[in-house]
Amino acid sequence: MKALNRRDFIKNTTAVTAGVATIASGISLTTFAAEPKESEPVTKEKRWGMLIDVNKLTESNIEDMVNACQEENGWGNEVHSRAEQKPNWIKKVKVKDKSTGKIDTLPMMCQHCEQPPCVDVCPTNASMKREDGIVLVDKHLCIGCRYCMMACPYDARSFVHEDLNNQKTHMPRGKGTVESCTLCVHRVDKGGVPACAEVVDSDAVIFGDLYDANSKINQTLKKIQSTQIRADLNLNTGVRYSGI
Amino acid sequence: MNIRYQQIEGRGLGFYALIAGLGIFILAALGSVYFMEHHGHYVTGMSNRVVWGIPHVFALFLIVAASGALNVASIASVFQKKLYKPLSRLSGLVALALLAGGLMILVLDLGRPDRLIVAMTEYNFKSIFAWNIILYNGFFVIVAVYLWMMFERRLNKFTSKAGLAAFTWRLILTTGTGSIFGFLVARQAYDAVIMAPMFIIMSFAFGLAFFILILMASYKWSERPLGDVIVNRLGNLLGVFVAAVMYFVAVKHLGNMYLAENIGIENFILFGEHIYTPLFWIGQIVLGGLVPMALIYHPALRGNRSTLGLASLLVLIGGVIQLYVIIVGGQAYPMEMFPGKEILEGYGGIAAYSPSLAEIVLGIGGIAVALIAVTFLVKFLPFLPESLADEVADPHYKTK
Repeated sequence: MKALNRRDFIKNTTAVTAGVATIASGISLTTFAAEPKESEPVTKEKRWGMLIDVNKLTESNIEDMVNACQEENGWGNEVHSRAEQKPNWIKKVKVKDKSTGKIDTLPMMCQHCEQPPCVDVCPTNASMKREDGIVLVDKHLCIGCRYCMMACPYDARSFVHEDLNNQKTHMPRGKGTVESCTLCVHRVDKGGVPACAEVVDSDAVIFGDLYDANSKINQTLKKIQSTQIRADLNLNTGVRYSGI
Repeated sequence: MNIRYQQIEGRGLGFYALIAGLGIFILAALGSVYFMEHHGHYVTGMSNRVVWGIPHVFALFLIVAASGALNVASIASVFQKKLYKPLSRLSGLVALALLAGGLMILVLDLGRPDRLIVAMTEYNFKSIFAWNIILYNGFFVIVAVYLWMMFERRLNKFTSKAGLAAFTWRLILTTGTGSIFGFLVARQAYDAVIMAPMFIIMSFAFGLAFFILILMASYKWSERPLGDVIVNRLGNLLGVFVAAVMYFVAVKHLGNMYLAENIGIENFILFGEHIYTPLFWIGQIVLGGLVPMALIYHPALRGNRSTLGLASLLVLIGGVIQLYVIIVGGQAYPMEMFPGKEILEGYGGIAAYSPSLAEIVLGIGGIAVALIAVTFLVKFLPFLPESLADEVADPHYKTK
């Protein structure tokens, strides 16, 4: 038998490796195909948003939304933090018009701005906006400087003030970093809707693609009067409200 | 006359007592950091509403003062005032030491100080914080080079160029520090471009006050002559800077009151019923402004070193209070989230903040780090002229 010299060895192994890689990639493609949504790249073609009709929401609806978020994302079980230190990814806010006395109650969370001040100020790019408009914190890059919390006009962000236990595997969190509503990105990427939107039975909370002319959110926004909170700041929020 | 620089002896009991005293403060600060980082920030007074507390107050105070402490050197090498030249080395040293102290606090108060490497390697160039990281690092390099030009006789001819670079850099640096607050659209207390120039003028006052105290103490403790000409000149200059700070404060608040959207925050700071109003009027304006000016300019107290020392100390205390009112007071006041509406539940109201002991100890530890650095370095390198007696230091000295 001919002794294998180095050149042949390299030639043969390369061919074998290439062959295996081709077959294996075929296999992995089929595997991923079972979960189609998650493998699709996030693009600018979409802009995720939410329309909240305050008139259709009862206070207990809003409490349900808060509970659903806590349950889904695993926050709110902190034992040491004082009330003002506890995380608040979504909260119930009650406002009264100074002239008319009209009272509105609404859920407030990260408004997923198109021009997010938190992303502008973050020194390490931990605060970031996905192409599809979802604003997130990369927990691996966050150094806990809290500048984003200074910059957010919606008081939407929380700082983790203590060690955490029993976290959800799909939503890792960490002491010393900043966090906020992710629009349940782990559900959205699988074709689902955020937990807070799902828990409300009526169409008081509509989640969808603001750009898609056939989506319910797009069509409703074309028909009804809606507002953005602090619209004067020109941040173009993804979360819209009607009835306030 | 030629100026001769000489290390201090630093062998006496006083020297070691000073080092030991400062060392205790630094150890206490490190202990506090361990306590806060081990438990998490829940052991501090900070919250989701007041996210920057006492540590940031001390950190920004020291960073602002650092750039101001360099002014003495700039006056000599950029503006060619010979009287200040012998003070230039110490000026550069105090600047570096104060910056180191301030940055130590800032870094150790991060949620994840262990990720400092991330802050040094991942930059978002739109972030004013990221600019500041570059500006702080650059300041260390530029001032170090500047000092080298001063120390190395062959390179003395480049001192004025290095001085100009350092002066320009420090103006940009303080602009950056002030702009951390100047561009926060969401917060009524901050969103004003005047923050940047105001921080620059604050740096002039705080930095010079630190410099005067360190200069007088080191000459007294090392029993070296320090003439009245230099001391009085620095004192007068401090008075001018303090007046300038008060002018900027007046313009900022009066300007704000003209705009309806800012009346709330102005009423809150100037006429509120909480700690920030007396801190502003009694702490910042009276103790940190009017009293030091009276101590400096009152004819009966002219040339009195004890009262100049007291004035400098009051400027520093007033400075810490001013930053407390700006940083903590500005956060305590709620953001205008729903203009025209009153928030009944879920947000709003004045946020509470009471600093924990650990936070205060960390802040004071930063000052101790700055002072211990100066103390050690004047022992090991010739920063201080042997004599600053009038006949040595004053270029216009005439024998009487």
